[in-house]
Amino acid sequence: MSQPVDTFAKQLKPATREAVIKSAALTTGQRVDILSRDFEDPDALRRLAGQIKQHTLENLDQYLEQTEASLTKAGAHVHFASDVASAREIILGILQEHEVKTVVKSKSMATEEIHLNPFLGQNGIESIETDLGEFIIQIDDDTPSHIVRPIIHKRREEVAESFEREGLGDYNTDPETITRRARVHLRSKYMNSGAGITGANFLSAESGRMVLVTNEGNARFSMAPNKVHIAVTGIEKIIPKDRDLSVFLNLLARSATAQQITVYTQFINGPRPADKPSGPEHMHVVLLDNGRSDVLASKCREILRCIRCGACQNVCPVYRQASGHGYRAVYGGPIGAVLSPLLAGKESFGKFADLPKASSLCGACREVCPVDIPIPDLLLRHRERAKSEGIPSPGSPPMEPFGSLATSPALWKTSMRASKALNHLPLGLMPIKPLQDWLAVRTLPKWQGGDFRAWLKKRGKEAGDVE
Amino acid sequence: MAVPTHRPVGKDVFFMMTCLCDAFYADVARAAVEILEHAGCRVHVPEDQTCCGQPPFNGGDFKTSREIARHTAKVFAGDWPIIVPSGSCAAMHFHGNSLQFEDESDREEMTALGNRTWELFDFLVHGLGLTKWEGKLEKRVAIHHACHTRGTKTGEAIKTLLGSVDGLELLDFGQGEQCCGFGGTFSVTFPTISAGMGTLKLDHVLAQQPDILVSADMSCLMHLSGLAEKQQRPILHQHAVQLLRAAMPSV
Repeated sequence: MSQPVDTFAKQLKPATREAVIKSAALTTGQRVDILSRDFEDPDALRRLAGQIKQHTLENLDQYLEQTEASLTKAGAHVHFASDVASAREIILGILQEHEVKTVVKSKSMATEEIHLNPFLGQNGIESIETDLGEFIIQIDDDTPSHIVRPIIHKRREEVAESFEREGLGDYNTDPETITRRARVHLRSKYMNSGAGITGANFLSAESGRMVLVTNEGNARFSMAPNKVHIAVTGIEKIIPKDRDLSVFLNLLARSATAQQITVYTQFINGPRPADKPSGPEHMHVVLLDNGRSDVLASKCREILRCIRCGACQNVCPVYRQASGHGYRAVYGGPIGAVLSPLLAGKESFGKFADLPKASSLCGACREVCPVDIPIPDLLLRHRERAKSEGIPSPGSPPMEPFGSLATSPALWKTSMRASKALNHLPLGLMPIKPLQDWLAVRTLPKWQGGDFRAWLKKRGKEAGDVE
Repeated sequence: MAVPTHRPVGKDVFFMMTCLCDAFYADVARAAVEILEHAGCRVHVPEDQTCCGQPPFNGGDFKTSREIARHTAKVFAGDWPIIVPSGSCAAMHFHGNSLQFEDESDREEMTALGNRTWELFDFLVHGLGLTKWEGKLEKRVAIHHACHTRGTKTGEAIKTLLGSVDGLELLDFGQGEQCCGFGGTFSVTFPTISAGMGTLKLDHVLAQQPDILVSADMSCLMHLSGLAEKQQRPILHQHAVQLLRAAMPSV
């Protein structure tokens, strides 16, 4: 038995891996450049952002109430969805009330979490993704493999094939042509839809102001021609005050795509006021819990600081080898390895307990996280929980025998010396799984067990100073 | 990584050999002791030392790891600084233990242990104040910065001391922030990913054609050199302290 993430990586097409590595490495480098160019001490900014988020989480009950009040005052309807089913029902209810048959969607991880598109489809409502990457995911019946680059695993040749198959033009790999074709195709969809569904990047408790960032302007398009706007967002997207946006907007785009700011940053202050010519008359905000309250009560609550920038995915060497799909859930990479076991719920923690092991604990994610989440520590807490709950972990040797050895110095020293026999044994033939896994791809250095101790002793005798 | 700020410095120091040097790299431990002595330290090496507890810690077996950590604290009791030729084991003392002892009654004792622990190069430069290593070595050297020294001053310390050796040229290579793929048991439970990461690292390192690859952690080098040898592109590798030893005028 081997670890599922490793098995997935083994079977991944080399071209896919190459595409992921190339894009992730490029963005990682550019991210460092732009942050260090624009800020004297980017780490101080990351720490500040982390503190603001942590403060918000620790007072979330209060900020939730304030957010609800502010949104209501601004004229929006606020809905609390405790789980996937209730979020879906709330959204369906709103759409049915307005007799909506087609919705246009901008990118939202929260709607991925509740698998909204297939659910709406089953209920006779067509849901069209308008972010180019998500649009390609949708026509390919695929799933996103990255938070901000959903098609990081695809090469442009594959996209060209998909467009040809869908009747969106002849085979053409030119990115500008692909984009133009998608734009033309989507324009009529916007105009003939009945509602726009978006996520939300930030929600100010103070004002109820919602902030949406995109590079394609598709969130604006999704809202502009429609009477109904539904925003689905995790309860952790709340920030206390509008001024906090100065911290988060400065960090988000730089961390995500190495841009100073996204091409579009929308500030939504509620539904269309009566004296304005256009915009949705009805604004619904669905605040999604879906396990977040439990996370908040756990030892991993820092993960709720996440602003979904994907920097931890880009920098993660394991993510680069396995791609986001290797993590078998909506969120891949380090963020997913922490979040998926938590969002799965108490009973299903075990189903994803292998994900936190899919890390060398290198800490690169921690260094890039714009909200300073100690991701490696959280992975370790998960591993501890898995061990305490007795969840088996394929390939992981039990450590109790090692513990006995390492707390019995005499035995330890004897083993160190005795294991020298290893040098004379055919290691490749020894039926020890970890040893075989090591030797499958590497050689092992010569055993020198006890040599240093012997040297010390010999020298001590000469010098008369043995400790 | 939060590195303790006011760590002791003194003539008398404990040396923690690490289990990896105990088992595979006697020469590294020897070089470390000789360098510390050359720098004026009286080096004490407690016989009963074993391991820092990291293997079970990384596996999530905090209970077993705590027992080992407690043993280590007992072995290194006192006020002397504890010098470790591994950023990873040092980080276990000042970071890992803080995590696994957070709800334990002897948390303070483990914090005290961490507060006395130095990675070897960090100690040489920021503890003893060395900025120049007298010696000569004509070599082109690639430094692999071990992940457990992120956020510590070890990387800078290695560059300072090695860079001060006459004739020694430090080489930069691509994607230096990336992990080599060792990760303890990760290397055997995720063999494909581990080897994939190591291969990328080797590609970047070897592209610069160094004479030698060094690090402050033998674990990374054990993995990388083993991988390189298996791939029939062997690479000379040593702990950074062995270069200081080799550069010393009279051996």
